Amino acid sequence: MDTWTFGWTLALIGMGGTMLVLWILSLLILLLKKIFPHRPGQSAAKKG
Amino acid sequence: MESALISGLQGLVIGVTNLGLGHVIMILIGSGLLYLGIQKGYEPLLLVPIGFGAILVNIPLADMMENEGFLRFFYDAGVRTEVFPLLIFVGIGAMTDFQPLLENPKIILLGAAGQFGIFLTLLLALAVGFDKLDAVAVAIIGACDGPTAIYVSSKFAPHMLGAVSVAAYSYMSLVPLIQPPIMRVLTTEKERMIVMGLVKQPVSKTTKILFPIVVTIFASLLAPKGAPLIGTVMLGNLMKESGVVERLKSASENEIANIVTLLLGLCIGATMEADKFLRGQTLLVLGLGFIAICLDTAVGVLFGKLMCLATGGKINPLIGAAGISAFPMSARVVQAEGQKYNKKSYLLMHAMSANAGGQIGSVIAAAVMLSVLQGMGIVGG
Repeated sequence: MDTWTFGWTLALIGMGGTMLVLWILSLLILLLKKIFPHRPGQSAAKKG
Repeated sequence: MESALISGLQGLVIGVTNLGLGHVIMILIGSGLLYLGIQKGYEPLLLVPIGFGAILVNIPLADMMENEGFLRFFYDAGVRTEVFPLLIFVGIGAMTDFQPLLENPKIILLGAAGQFGIFLTLLLALAVGFDKLDAVAVAIIGACDGPTAIYVSSKFAPHMLGAVSVAAYSYMSLVPLIQPPIMRVLTTEKERMIVMGLVKQPVSKTTKILFPIVVTIFASLLAPKGAPLIGTVMLGNLMKESGVVERLKSASENEIANIVTLLLGLCIGATMEADKFLRGQTLLVLGLGFIAICLDTAVGVLFGKLMCLATGGKINPLIGAAGISAFPMSARVVQAEGQKYNKKSYLLMHAMSANAGGQIGSVIAAAVMLSVLQGMGIVGG
């Protein structure tokens, strides 16, 4: 593989891949928050 | 008797007679790093052992990095095996609070944009003649994350470890000087004055505990070669958030991190032998590293502008600069810059979200890079 094919492939997949993975992570965070919502007084109740 | 005395005395001056110009220059460079760490306070935890290691390894005939040398032992045990940066990652995970990011997850995208400098610098490094894996090692300075830079460069270009590490840590400490001019050039005064509202979305403890587990599984499945990087950060964070292994968490962020930081710094300094470090290539590495961090900042701010446009002006583009991984320094830079233009603007929590996103982003970018390299057959599986 020549240098520029290597460079552009890694750059494009690298930038796109990083953005895609983090975007999906943000969706997963939203999903987790939806499934396990914060309930006010949750931690106080556990301590009590 | 007389000849024995002369031989004995010769043994005392042999170090001096073997001292070359290269050694002297490197001892001065090591001293310079000590000055920056001690006098100027730039990343002292790393620059002090690196500077001292650089001095030690350039003492002629001390054989610090020869087969049975004192520094060679630690280098082989911790750097060649990639264990040291990974142990530091456990400590970083244990110290990092991802709460601001969990409260406002869309900001994580700024953490991705803040890594684009890595890939743009890769192209620049190839353009100036670095070979493929050396270019990857130079580009990773743009992760703005010391352990990631050390992990990747020790894997692909160990001969450049000293230059890459020194560049990474030096520029990280210079973030307050590097970022503001770029932020000002790329934003209008009106944008810099935007006041961002408070995001009040409390996060449950269950979510905080599940977050590191989900990230590890998901991101490692997508980029398996980066699993050690992702896994160690998230292990540290799981120990913090679970609250049930306080001793392990405390050891990770204190004793282990301190010991490993000392040994890692010495080992990096030990790679700075005159014949390997005093090359034109080192200057290129330092120059490209600087460009990488500038590009990270520029792309982060430009992506911030895009988000500002998409949200109808609700996002201050300055927080894009915090998408790099220099945590929490760049978040503080954003806060200070925002306050200069609008005293009512409190960007710190938003910038912290972006900064935490940058921490994850740098690890993910490196993981993606490693996996793509494997996919292209550039490195073994």
